[in-house]
Amino acid sequence: MDLAFTPEETAFREEVRAFIAENLSPELAEKVRSGHHLEKEDLRSWHRILADKGWIAPNWPVDHGGIDWSPAQKYIFDEECAKAGAPPLSPFGLTMVAPVIFTFGSDEQKAYHLPKIHAGEHFWCQGYSEPGSGSDLASLRTKAERDGDDYVVNGHKVWTTHAHFADWIFCLVRTDPDAKQQEGISFLLIDMKSPGITVRPIITIDEGHSINEVFLDNVRVPRSNLVGEENKGWTYAKFLLGHERTGIANVADSKVRIEKLKEIARAELTDGSPLIRDPAFSRKIADTEVDLTALEMTNLRTLADESEGKAPGPEASMLKIRGAELTQRIDELLVEAVGYYANPYELPEHGRNEPTVGPDYADGVLAHHLYMRATTIYGGSNEIQKNIIAKMVLGL
Amino acid sequence: MDFSFSTEQTLLKDSVVRFVQDEYDFDTRRKLVASEEGFSRDNWAKFAELGWLSMPLPEDYGGLGGSAVETMILMEAFGTGLVAEPYMPTVILGAGLVEAAGSEAQKQEILPAVAGGEMMLAFGFAEPQSRFNLADITTTAEASNGGFVLNGKKSVVFGAPSANKIIVSARTGGGQRDADGVSLFMLDADAAGLARRDYRTVDGLRAADLTLDGVKAGPETVLGEVGGALGAIEQVTDHAIAALCAEAVGAMQVLHDTTNEYLKTRKQFGVPIGKFQVLQHRMVDMFIELEQSRSMTYMVTLKLDEDEAERKKAASGAKAQIGKAGKFVGAQSVQLHGGMGMTDELNVGHFYKRLMMIDTMFGNTDHHLKRFAALTQ
Repeated sequence: MDLAFTPEETAFREEVRAFIAENLSPELAEKVRSGHHLEKEDLRSWHRILADKGWIAPNWPVDHGGIDWSPAQKYIFDEECAKAGAPPLSPFGLTMVAPVIFTFGSDEQKAYHLPKIHAGEHFWCQGYSEPGSGSDLASLRTKAERDGDDYVVNGHKVWTTHAHFADWIFCLVRTDPDAKQQEGISFLLIDMKSPGITVRPIITIDEGHSINEVFLDNVRVPRSNLVGEENKGWTYAKFLLGHERTGIANVADSKVRIEKLKEIARAELTDGSPLIRDPAFSRKIADTEVDLTALEMTNLRTLADESEGKAPGPEASMLKIRGAELTQRIDELLVEAVGYYANPYELPEHGRNEPTVGPDYADGVLAHHLYMRATTIYGGSNEIQKNIIAKMVLGL
Repeated sequence: MDFSFSTEQTLLKDSVVRFVQDEYDFDTRRKLVASEEGFSRDNWAKFAELGWLSMPLPEDYGGLGGSAVETMILMEAFGTGLVAEPYMPTVILGAGLVEAAGSEAQKQEILPAVAGGEMMLAFGFAEPQSRFNLADITTTAEASNGGFVLNGKKSVVFGAPSANKIIVSARTGGGQRDADGVSLFMLDADAAGLARRDYRTVDGLRAADLTLDGVKAGPETVLGEVGGALGAIEQVTDHAIAALCAEAVGAMQVLHDTTNEYLKTRKQFGVPIGKFQVLQHRMVDMFIELEQSRSMTYMVTLKLDEDEAERKKAASGAKAQIGKAGKFVGAQSVQLHGGMGMTDELNVGHFYKRLMMIDTMFGNTDHHLKRFAALTQ
């Protein structure tokens, strides 16, 4: 047993740090740190910098432009990116649909899509949830019917992050209405420019716009856009959920935000002395940081297993559960820490040029807190994750 | 970064797990803790023979020079059987202090004897007013005729009833809670003026409250630097915290497994109670707390040799997690077992009691969150 990184890993950390320092613009880092919603260009510019460097796809096979990083290297890379305020990369192409394509897709699909995802030329979104199908995803009703060489797709997807700037959407659709729920579902790749697709923004409680509804009205999709076999889509969807589970703990980002919390708590005063000296508040920070340390160690144990070729099993659901809880706890403490200056609410999109009211560090704290309430809901709510552990790990 | 055990460590684990399974079942343990001494001298001899007593001791003094990982392996398995032999007071605390602070002569005298199983030790650090502050000491040691005279009280000294020598902290200078002026004395258990009030503890162990009334301690009894022993005390108690965390993980693992099994077999309303989602989620919460505790135990174990600030931070973080998780897993195991969980007959309550007491040992969750906060602000 050993916690230390190898000299090679430490050298790798230095290399990553130096590269980010040279290539990430301070304006973008500042925007990321404030916690406001990012625009497509923010994501794309950073994506391209990493793509040019060859660092964009650590979880892809090397012959598709991937890079052969160990789990420890991926961890180091994520940590350095978070520390520096690099924008999170859009996961829908890189870590979600791409592994499905390179594992189950046709040669044409691989040849067309993978380079475009790699280069940041195409952005993707995920067409899973529907108004009537949230946690019970397999009940989805969007249907795809064969018509000559096409499918005709009709339905309604919802909570679709980044649909408003995606070029493509990967969709779960029902191709056999008579089969058992999970068995009549297929995995389709759909061009967002196809006639019949309408995207309607959903404004979230933070008044920001990242998520959308997507209406599909007689959308014609070439049958060549079917991934793998018809009616096997649920298998691919499950494969996708099992991929890249270790990032779901969000540890790197939470470590950065707990440092921000301490910075604020050092600057804020209560009864004339720093908030961080207040026993009640400092206890809450310590309690949260201890839990975060434990989660980081649990995450590292999962990574170490991965290095030995053991794919993370259903127990990785606990990373999602605790990771989401901690993200929210830290954000709640950030809101508490800024006190009255949680109140002023002037988002960048409101278009004011005056400096923020109150201290700079208070800007975006409440907005981020509100938007992050979604972390315990999306990707399988925490309650669903607990069902998964109960069934798959504990055998209940 | 590597969380796997070496071949030797795996063998050690197998042997101690087998010992607990074969020779330390619940009924055997119950009889042992009800006996006069509260543990088995035969077991102690076996521990010596198997090299467990010498495991963490330096090779120059009859030890095996094992790392904190070996100690973790032993303690976790001990935790699964609620092993009552005084390993913590003798090997981790007593021998640990001798190794950390003792003179060459003291090491020669004590460590091989501990390794061989002939010497048992105990460490009195707490006092009625001290709560968890290791420096809050009113026991005095006044210089007299080239030696010292000790007066004061020591609280809840685990292992003292069976110890041959008892190490106590005392003030040779400084104010009541100062870091400076703390000294250690290694007293014979039958020293004149040292009175013990022996008792059993709620979790079946043995401890004593000590009264020191003019105990004469020669210069050869001083362990480490006069007035400068607090550093060694903190270092050894941080090592003990790591060991205790491992013991707690073993205890929690048993409760987790036992309770999970019970949920599958106990039927109400015509179905196993584990089919009820409210109980499933409770069980998942217990599973997560156990895994988080294991993670923190690995962390503190692997950080014991880092610089003082890192070591203290790791120890406090781990102890805070273990305290909170142990009480949660323990209490919920009783709850999910229903009325059966309340019975003395079932092992569940015994593990719960041990985990409750582990929280108080070397400072509870509140204490360690405060220490962690002070180190990370």
